[in-house]
Parts: sequence; C-alpha cells; structure tokens
Amino acid sequence: MALILDLLWQAVQMLLVVAVAPLVLGVTRKVKARLLRRRGPPLLQPYSDIWKLLHKEAVLATNASWLYRTAPYVIFAATWVAAALVPTYATGLLFSWSADLIAIVALIGTGRFALALAGMDVGTAFGGIGSSREMLIASLAEPAMLLVVFTVALLAGTTQLSSIAAQMIDTPVGVRVSLALALFAFVFVAIAENGRIPIDNPATHLELTMVHEAMVLEYSGRHLAMIEAAAAVKLVLYCSLLACLFFPFGMATADKSLAAVSLGLASYLAKILAFAVLLPVGETLVAKMRVFRYPVFLGGAFAAAALAVFLQFVSRGF
Amino acid sequence: MSLFTDIGHLLAAGMMILSFLLLYQDRITATLNVFAAQAIVLGLAVAWQAELQDAPHLFVTAAIALVVKGGIIPMALHRIVRRLEIHREIEQVIGGGPVMLVGLGLVALSIMLVFPVAGGVDSLAREDLAFALAVILLGLLMMITRRNAVTQVIGFMSLENGLVLAATGAKGMPLVVEFSVAFSILIAFIVFGVFVFRIRERFDTVDVGALDRFRGDRGD
Amino acid sequence: MLILALSCAAALLAVAALAVALGRASSATPIVYAASLAASLVLLVGALVRLVADPGQVSTLTLPVGLPGLGSHFRLDALAAFFLVVTNLGGSAASLYALGYGRHEPAPRRVLPFFAAYLAGMNLVVLADDAFTFLLTWEFMSLTSWALVVAHHDEPGNARAGYIYLVMASFGTLALLLAFGLLAGPAGAYAFDAMRAAHPEPAVAAIALLLVLVGAGSKAGVVPLHVWLPLAHPAAPSHVSALMSGVMTKIAVYGFVRIVFDLIGTPPWWTSIVVLAFAGLTTVLGVLYALMQHDLKRLLAYHTVENIGIIYIGLGLAIAFQQNGIAWAAALALTAALFHVLNHSLFKSLLFFGAGAVLSATHERDMERLGGLIHRMPHTAVAFLIGCAAISALPPLNGFVSEWLTFQAILVSPQLPQWGLKLMVPAVGALLALSAALAATCFVKAFGITFLGRPRTRAAETAQEVDRISLAVMFAFALLCFLAGILPGLIIDRLGPVVHGLVGEMLPPQSGLAWLSIVPIAAGRSSYNGMILLIFLASSATLTAIFVHRFATRATRRGPIWDCGYPQLSPTTEYTSSSFAMPIRRVFGSTVFAVREKLDMPAPGETRAAHFQVKVFDPAWRYAYGPLVRATTKTADRLNPLQFLTIRRYLTLTFSALIVLLIVVAAWR
Repeated sequence: MALILDLLWQAVQMLLVVAVAPLVLGVTRKVKARLLRRRGPPLLQPYSDIWKLLHKEAVLATNASWLYRTAPYVIFAATWVAAALVPTYATGLLFSWSADLIAIVALIGTGRFALALAGMDVGTAFGGIGSSREMLIASLAEPAMLLVVFTVALLAGTTQLSSIAAQMIDTPVGVRVSLALALFAFVFVAIAENGRIPIDNPATHLELTMVHEAMVLEYSGRHLAMIEAAAAVKLVLYCSLLACLFFPFGMATADKSLAAVSLGLASYLAKILAFAVLLPVGETLVAKMRVFRYPVFLGGAFAAAALAVFLQFVSRGF
Repeated sequence: MSLFTDIGHLLAAGMMILSFLLLYQDRITATLNVFAAQAIVLGLAVAWQAELQDAPHLFVTAAIALVVKGGIIPMALHRIVRRLEIHREIEQVIGGGPVMLVGLGLVALSIMLVFPVAGGVDSLAREDLAFALAVILLGLLMMITRRNAVTQVIGFMSLENGLVLAATGAKGMPLVVEFSVAFSILIAFIVFGVFVFRIRERFDTVDVGALDRFRGDRGD
Repeated sequence: MLILALSCAAALLAVAALAVALGRASSATPIVYAASLAASLVLLVGALVRLVADPGQVSTLTLPVGLPGLGSHFRLDALAAFFLVVTNLGGSAASLYALGYGRHEPAPRRVLPFFAAYLAGMNLVVLADDAFTFLLTWEFMSLTSWALVVAHHDEPGNARAGYIYLVMASFGTLALLLAFGLLAGPAGAYAFDAMRAAHPEPAVAAIALLLVLVGAGSKAGVVPLHVWLPLAHPAAPSHVSALMSGVMTKIAVYGFVRIVFDLIGTPPWWTSIVVLAFAGLTTVLGVLYALMQHDLKRLLAYHTVENIGIIYIGLGLAIAFQQNGIAWAAALALTAALFHVLNHSLFKSLLFFGAGAVLSATHERDMERLGGLIHRMPHTAVAFLIGCAAISALPPLNGFVSEWLTFQAILVSPQLPQWGLKLMVPAVGALLALSAALAATCFVKAFGITFLGRPRTRAAETAQEVDRISLAVMFAFALLCFLAGILPGLIIDRLGPVVHGLVGEMLPPQSGLAWLSIVPIAAGRSSYNGMILLIFLASSATLTAIFVHRFATRATRRGPIWDCGYPQLSPTTEYTSSSFAMPIRRVFGSTVFAVREKLDMPAPGETRAAHFQVKVFDPAWRYAYGPLVRATTKTADRLNPLQFLTIRRYLTLTFSALIVLLIVVAAWR
C-alpha cells in the first residue's frame, strides 16, 4: 500500500512538471508584454500552440535521417526525466535516489547533445550556427552549474537532491556567503541554459541572433511541438532547482499527509509563478549580448561558483 | 551561526564581488556606478559593524563612506568624464580572462594569508579581514590592468575602500585616523583630477600609453 | 594461470615469427590475426576467471633467462589480472576487427609480425615483476609499436611521427631506469619484491615518483610530454591506433600505479599536488587541442590525452588521501581512476574502429571532406554515435559513471588538511568540469561534421558500408559501453580486490544493493542507478511516442530543405569543423593557443575567392620543446668542430682529459 502511494506521488510529480510548463511560459510572455505596454497573448496560449503543432503535418527535408526524427523524443524524454527527479512539492520520492544533482546536470547535457546533433543533421548553415553557439554556451555554463552543484553538495554533505532539500529545511543554514555566490552563479547559468535574454532571444526572427531557434529551424509539426514542450519543461526544471536548492521552504519532507502535500504543492506553484514573473522583469532591464561577450557573462558565473567552492573547501563556516 | 554575523559576511563578500565586477567593466560610466555601489555597500557594512560592536563612532565612518564616496565623488567623476567627453569610450581591459583567473588567485592568496595567522581571533573578524585584504589586492590589480587614467583612479579608491573595511573589521579604528586617511585620499583625488585634465589638455587623450612616447632618454 | 598467461604471450611471439615466415602469402593476414585473436581471447578469459574467482591469490614465477643472478620474475596478482583484462579486451577486438579491415592493408609484411609482437609485449609488461624484465618488455612494446607507426613511412608526416615517438619513448625509458635505480638503492635490489619490502626515505620516494610521472606519463600522454601522441597514433593503421590509444596508454597507467602504489608505497603528500597540477593541465589542454583538429584520428588521439588527465586526477587524489590516512577515500579515487581506465579503453577503441571504417570506406581522414555518412554507412554511424555519447559522459552510458565517481572523490576532499591541497583540488575540480563540457562539444563536432549534413566530396557521396566483422566488433564494444553503464556495481566489485591490494581498503560491496544502484560511500550521501535511469528514459520516450501517435497527426511529407527560404545551396555552405569550433577557438584559443585569424575578403565586384587563414600555435612546442630543440641544435653546432680536429689536437684532448682525471684523483685523496 505504501509502495502504491509512493508510486502515486512520484507519478504526480512527473505529470505536474509537464502540465505546469506551458503555463509558466504563458505567464512569462504575458508579463513581458505588459511591461512593454502590450496586451500580450492569453495565459493558456502555449497549450493551444502545442496542440496546434501536434495536428500539423510534419515536413521533413529529403536528406533528414533517423536521428532527425528520433531526436525530439530523446530531447523531451531526457528533459522530462531530469525535471521529474527534482523534488518539487515533496522530498524523498520513490526514485529520487537513482539520480543525484550531477546526474541531473548530465541528463540535461544528454538532451542538449541530441538537440545539437539534430541541428546539424540537415546540413544548413543555420543549423551549424545554432549548434556551434549552443555548445559554446554549454561549455561555459555547464562547468559553472557543476561548481554550483559542488558548493551545495559540500555544504549539505551529499549530492542527493532530496537530502539537500531536507537538510536546508530542517537545519538552519543561515545566509551564507558561498550560497549567495552560488545563487548568483545559478541564476546566470539558468538564464543561459534556457536561452533567455541576455544570452538568446526566444522571440527573435533574425536568424543571426538565434541560438536555440536556429537549431530547430527545420523542424515542424509534432516534432516541433515536442521540442517546444521540452524547452518549457527545461525552464520549469531550472525554476524547480532554484526553489529546491535555495528556497526549499514549504516542501513536505518525511510527513506525507494530505495537508503537508497540499502545502507543498501550493508553495511550489507560488514559487514557480514568482520566478515566472521575475524572469521577464530581468529580461526587460537588459539587452541581448553579442555572442563574444558570453564568456564575460558566463565567466563571471564560473568565477563566482569557483570562489564559492574554494570557500567551502577552506572553512565550513563560509 | 547567527543571522547578524551572516549578514556582516554577506556585505563584506558583496564588496569583494563588486571588486571583481570592477575588474572587467570596460565602460567608464558603468565603472563609476559600480564603484558608487561598492562605497554604498561599504557604508552598510561599516554601519552593521558599528551595530554589532556597539561602536558609535563607526557610524560616522559609515556616513562618510555613504555620502562622500558613494555620492559626492562618483557624481564629481561623472561630471569630469562628461567634460573630458570620454563617457562613451570602450576601454581595452588588458587580458580579460586571465585577469579574472588572477583575481581568483588573489582571493585564494588573501584567505591563505589571513586564516593561519588570525587563528585565535573569532571567525567573524577573520573572514571579514580576508575579504578586505582581497578587496585591497583586487583594487591594485585593477590599477595595473587599466590604460585609462580615470579608471586607474577608481582602482585606487576601491583599494581605499578595502582598507576602511579591514580597519573596521578589527574592532574599530580611532576616528582621527579615519579622518586623516579620508582627508589624504581627498587631496590625492584632487591632485589626480587636476593631472587628468592636464594630460587631456596636452595629449588630447587620457590613455596613459600615450605618455610613454614622451619619456626622455629612451635611447632610440 | 600465470603459466597460461606466459604461454599465451610466447604463442604471440611465435605468431610474429610465423608472420615473418609466411612472407607474402595472402593467407598470412587471416592466419596471423586469427591466431592473435585466439591467444588474446584465452588470456582474456583466463584473466577474467582469475579476477572473479580468486582475486586475492598471487602467483609468481622466476625464469632463469635474463640478467645473471637476477633471472626474470613474473607475477600475477589482482592488479595485473585487471590490466590483462583491459589489454586483451582491446587486443582481441583489434585482431577481430583487423580480420575485416586488414584486407585493405597495402604493406601487410610491415604490419603483421609487429602486431603480434606488440600484443605479446604489452601482456608481458603487465606480468613483469622485476626492473629488468619490466624495462625490457616496455622497450619491446615501444619498439614494436614504433615499427607499426612507420609501417606506412612514405606517407607525409609519418616518418617525423616515428622519429619523435622514438625520441620520447627513449626519454621515458631513461626516466624509468633512473627511478628503478633509485628504488633499488645501492644494494642493487632490482626485484620488485625487494622494492616492496624496502621503505625509501621521503626525498628518494618523491624523486622516484616524479621520475615515474615523467617516464610513464610520457607514454600515457601527460602534458607536456604528450607531443608524440597525436603524431604517432594517427599514423599507424586504425586497429593499431585503437591499441595504442586504448591499451598502451593504459599500460603506462599500470606502470605508474604499480610503481607508485605498490613499490614506493608511501610517497610524501606534496607529490600529489604535482600530479594533480599536471593532470588538470592535461585534461583541459587535451580537449582544447582536440577541438582545434579537423583530422578525425588526430582529434581522437588528442582526446586520449584528456582522458589520461582524468585518470591521473583520480590517481593524484588517491595519493593525497592515502598519505593523510583517509584510506576509504583513497579507495574511492583509485576505483574511479581504474574504472575510467576500463571505460576509456572501451569507447576509445570503438571510436578508432569507427574512424578506421570511415577511412577504409572513403580514404579520407579530414572531416571537412566528409559528411552525410549516416545515410551511406548507417551501422557504423550508430556505433560511432554510441561511442561519442559514451565519451561525452552522458548517462546512462559508462563514461558518466567513472566521471561521477571522480566527482564524488573530489567532493570528499575538504577532509584533506593541507592548504596546498585545499587550493589545488577545487581548481582541479573546476578544470574537470570544464573539460567534461568541452568533450561533449568536441564529439558533437566530430560526429556532426563527419556523419551528418550533406556530403562535401565525391568520396563521401560514394562511401560503402564496411564488412560485417568490423561492424560486429564495433557493436560488441557499443554493447559493452551500455552494460558498463547500467551494471557499474559489477565492475566496482571486481575492482575491489585490486584497490584493496594497493591502498588497503575497498569500496563497500555493490552487488547486493537494491535495483543495481551504486552507493560508493553511504546511502544517504550519494547514489546512482544507471538501470533505473535507462528504464525511466525509455518509458518516458515510449509514453511520449504513444501520446503523440494517439493525439497527433502522423502525417509526414518530404520536401526540400527549408533553410529560411534560400534555394538549395551547395554543400560548401555547410558548417565545417573549423567553423564549428570557431567560438571555442575565439574564447579559449586566443589565450591558450595564441590563435590568429586573418580574413581576406574580396571587394564587391571582384571575382577572386575569399581567403581565411587560422594560425594555431601549440604551446608545448612553442614554450617547451622549441627552446629545447634550439638549445640542443646550438650546442651541437658549437661542438661540431670537435669532429674535424687534427691528430695533434686529438692527442692534446686525450692527454688533458687524462691529466684532469689524475688531478681529481690526487685531490680526492
């Protein structure tokens, strides 16, 4: 019986991240439009977009290979599994011990590997631009992300996400320098990995400014729907990580009664929506950077995270 | 560890992060703004220390930092920059990436220096001292990796910010010392300002590389 | 078992002799490779049986051949058994692959005898138990591989590659000789048993370790001693490249592990800082070098350098932990390093086999003349893709497991008290994270430019899939990569006795854990389960597919490439490997390699071609070897007149040397 209940909670989390993802995207777009004094699309527009794309015919280039056709499934599956393994409303779910933070970062890398290869499959210059820039961003952002993981892991003494979240809730960690530096680095990395301004403009139509869009330029129909959904799930993944690592208040820990779980769900949704509102505010304040300024931006994140790791090595009090 | 000491650490670390930001900024107006922010954070850090150590004269130091270094000096520098008409220039920071790595190394060096030495002191002062030393070294690094006279002055002033932080961290500094340090910095700053104008008048640029050509006895 | 191993090695030497005897006969190739395959398989099975059934047992044997009074000692313990498994896995795969690939060999008489002898040499190094046998077999291994490198000596660059390889190999052996001399001491105890029993002073141990780092490191490819590797490995035939990269570098790691952990035993802790520093440098520089390459085999060879760096990071951490008395952490770090040894030999061999397949199908090694091979060589493409995914450390494959274990070892490191380590280990961790990300970039480039896109030349358009034997070998290794990723607990358990013999502790047994996960330290601390991840991924993908096929339309149409509406342009508008790597080159290359790019665009209206030139300076040649070579040449020039003196001058020279020595003898008294 307990096993069935555990399975149920894990399944709820898996469905939650997929269901909430287009809503987060919709909130982001609406807030951004409002900040720019436009009315903006309806909040549930991304759901309609994905539904529409699923019902459109997929047009494939004559030389598109099997990799092109299977990549969207791989990308979506990898991102979905990674998002499902991050504790959202409760810690200690059934399969949370199978993959720790490092494995989650590597799973995101798997999705990115498949996406970059898919971009190169058809053999156009735009696909090449997208893949090459995406891998540049990854080569700068993933090390910073791993160093953030190290900081948090050194502080909590474990790389298991559930244990980290439980520790942050139960024992008072306080406002630590290394956590502040790690937060700073994480926010930069999250912006870079999700292709938001100032790294990439998700709403651009100019091919030379594209990174993510350039890789998926040839995709259409249900394949494009899966890739768009994967991008939304990735955004939710990073928001969930931000909430779990740095603001884990409200999550249900050992006690999984209905009251605790409902509180967990409510606090999770509140946090996600708060991030979904803060993101476009940040995006509106800055302009997109040119590509060769990415190392400055991401190098700053890497330096902050490296400093945080070094401080943790030096003294547990930092 | 209590929230109060944590926030004290956070403010000191904030100053260090702003020093890093100063290292790679290549727009002059942005550099001035970051410096103003660093001075404001310094004021807050000193005020926090005043509260923690129950040393009211530190509030005066905090006020000086906030008003003079966070307000008056940046505004004056903004005006100077406008008059020199260099507010739109992008400056070549010498070696961006390696400079950041050297900066990280300097932070590691300050921690390695302070921690074994200040072993007996309570951990609050020790960590603040390490951060302050890091700010001083980063200020020096900024001075040597800049070509523009105005930004070199900024580096010098951020170095002084680090000195003030170090002094407050170690259980306060007599007010008269603070006044004399601040006064000498002010004089130095005025001298710098005058010189920058003279350089600009003479050579039509504030790029100190240009001064090199006019050194005598070069032998070529 | 030891006798069996030695007889197989002797059999391989006999096969080499047979190859010479068979001469030009067309049956020579299949006979030699089949015989090598048989011998390697027997060795593999024997070593596996020893490792699984009775790893604690140590067999020794002394043969009366060799130095008088010393003889040659041979020993088979858990460490040797493990490295025999690695060696013969690669050896049997290369022999089997060569049964298909070797048919295209233009000069079989130059390759066959040395191939069998090379396999024999590698196996004998692992079994050697005294300094003389070790060095003899080490040199034998170097010489036979040198012969294989210069097998195609008339191709441009191969002669130089062979020359540099020979120089570096001799230098490495010299360092090892000095190390053994130090360890043997004034008594001249060259047998390894004597060295194990002796406890050298810290200074002696430190110098010996540094010499071994230089000697074994140069064979493994530690920066800056790696310069021969990217020249020599691609020059050899592809199955030999797989052996050199996948196996011989591991034999060098074996040498380091055996001498440092077994013979020296307790080096001073600060030597780990030196090892970690060079390992971190090797890791990052290796992958950056690989990113600058557009020759497929050279890219793979440089990437070997990066993986050797990862292995040495694990070894350095193990030394640091052991000297500080934290034996379980040393076991973790050493397990991570040895696991990576196995993983790297698996996926690097697979990648080299794939590169060999591409080479034999298109006769092109330059990626920028390939493209679209996923359509022409679909099976090779799948195997190569799995190899690329494995080497980029993507779960649920095996590359991820060893990197995860190395990261876990780094996360335990705050327990180390020394300040030097507190500084070095986070830096090395940052470098490892950086190189892991760059490796993925490198292999997206390698796979994407070679196999994806549209064919750039006629050779790529008309490529044919290779023979079934080569494909079978590649798929077998791809399967092994998968299995090592999903069942890592099995391998960790087999490594347990090996690690225990070296540092005195081993990781907790993994086989009994629920769902086949691995828990290297403690359950609440960290765990990983490749099998569950694979099931999760597979079921999510299947669920998605079902959902899409149920609710979405399945209509598909083929059309011309969209490319934002541009008409079908020629394949020259595709991205090339240097354009793909350009952002990395700009960001990292401008500092590390002093990259200079020059673009010469024709003005509008001119009809001449544009000209783009990239100059990449190798820092190892520029700062280390360039000055060394120049100094040597200058000194040699200065000393040259000594060859042309008159007879009277020679007599004067001899006379003054004699007088000087007599003065020295008189003064010494």
